[in-house]
Amino acid sequence: MEKKGWDGFEIGAMLRTFDGAVQDIATTLPENRPYSQSSSFTASVADWRIEKPLFNKDYCIDCQFCWIYCPDMSIISRDKKMVGIDFDHCKGCGICVQVCPTNPKSLLMFPEQKDEEAALAEWPKKEKKDQSEEPKED
Amino acid sequence: MADTIELRDIEVWDGNMAASHALRQVQVDVVAAYPITPSTPIVEGYAGFKANGYVDGEFVMTESEHGAMSCCIGAAAAGGRVATATSSQGFALMLETLYSASGMRLPIVLNLVNRAIGAPLNVNGDHSDMYMGRDSGWIQFGAYSPQEAYDLNFIAFKVSEDHDVRLPAIVNQDGFMTSHTAQGVHTLSDEAAFNFVGEYKPMNDMLDLDHPVTHGVQTEEDWHFEHKARQQHALMTAVIPKIEAAFDEFEKLTGRKYNIVESYSMDDAEVAVICMGTSVETAREVAEEMRANGVKAGVVGIRVFRPWPLEQIAAVLKNVKAVGLLDRSSPHGAMGALYNEVAGSLFNTDTKAVLTNYIYGLGGRDLTKAHLVSIFTELKANADAGKPTTPLQQYIGLRGPKLSFF
Repeated sequence: MEKKGWDGFEIGAMLRTFDGAVQDIATTLPENRPYSQSSSFTASVADWRIEKPLFNKDYCIDCQFCWIYCPDMSIISRDKKMVGIDFDHCKGCGICVQVCPTNPKSLLMFPEQKDEEAALAEWPKKEKKDQSEEPKED
Repeated sequence: MADTIELRDIEVWDGNMAASHALRQVQVDVVAAYPITPSTPIVEGYAGFKANGYVDGEFVMTESEHGAMSCCIGAAAAGGRVATATSSQGFALMLETLYSASGMRLPIVLNLVNRAIGAPLNVNGDHSDMYMGRDSGWIQFGAYSPQEAYDLNFIAFKVSEDHDVRLPAIVNQDGFMTSHTAQGVHTLSDEAAFNFVGEYKPMNDMLDLDHPVTHGVQTEEDWHFEHKARQQHALMTAVIPKIEAAFDEFEKLTGRKYNIVESYSMDDAEVAVICMGTSVETAREVAEEMRANGVKAGVVGIRVFRPWPLEQIAAVLKNVKAVGLLDRSSPHGAMGALYNEVAGSLFNTDTKAVLTNYIYGLGGRDLTKAHLVSIFTELKANADAGKPTTPLQQYIGLRGPKLSFF
């Protein structure tokens, strides 16, 4: 973002989300919204992440748990179908992986540098649940 | 639509009632408050107007003064005309949020009914709370009477909400001496009062849903300095001319004339005292009596404490030989604020007046005419000697051995 001088910006500790006026923003997809330079949407925070979630669509049931639980709206979903992850804003917290209910999980954490194809190739197989193993999580 | 009240031309009001009616007349959208002595009747009166249908806006009882000012900040950011009142410890609890209000450039009017700050706990008037807020970025007006507390509220809204200003404003009045002393107050009709201030014009308001805005953002070393510089620029350049314009317009409407710095008998004054609040009226009376005894005495009252009127102070003191700076707040380890401010205003000028500092009236202790006579007498001796003949800082009206410093 351009570093303006003290007289070059709007007064107050305020930032505008969009350039110009917006209407019906809730029905406008993020990629079609006129986000301003000062909106965090236009900034990449990918370098905050040391682990990343990867998505395997073969197991996904489009339950949308990951979309609901993601604290940074970094799960991209269209027409209630999981599409992928917004890696400009995902901080790698792993909540999406935790809440994924499929077996095996459709989202798993990998080191940031991990190649996606290699990760998909070594994706774990379906596990037979042993009731005695671990206490159930809520 | 709120009912109007048919006021008499002159109502017998104390400062609190006067401020309360001013808030009603400008049709404040949100008053959020946590009442505290001696400012309580302002918001109590306002809540009464609300309950009886004379106010359309919201009245919010908060859990603390910190919450009250926070609520005011939220309401102002949302785009409403906002006001509150407090005193002393309550103002102290607001202090953190005062900086937020000014830094966020939100117009809010705070009626600060000046009261001592404990310990020891004390409900009476001094200027400790006013002084505590002086670096907080708020415009500060000083009223010396209920009439002025009433009038300055209208000025405060008008200046604070101006889009070239957008800074919150405090209207100070002395606890009890002004706030609880009923006097004749010349009123404005509800219509004239509202028209003087005008409809609230929002700016960057959160309720403008077509232009979403984030208020209260974080900035670090890359932006914070620029924001603070911009705030200082507005305070230093925009505010005084806007206040002067509002004073002129108010004089045309009411015939009552206010000045950035009030001066009384200063044209040929040799000695002067500078003070704030109700002390100004006492000092004026004593100055007249000193003149009858051959001492060319004058009085300067600070009408606008922030932004500090450096040039106006230097101008009014140009030919004075000795000045007494009367601070009604314990400076706690320094010269009083007025002493330092006035010394700073004169230092680079040709005026070489002898300056001395008097600490008086803490916790509501009276400043008597006899005190002022002795102050003027000492100032006259300083003027004749061309140097201080007393210690630089003296305590006035204190029991026990005389206390002074430097």
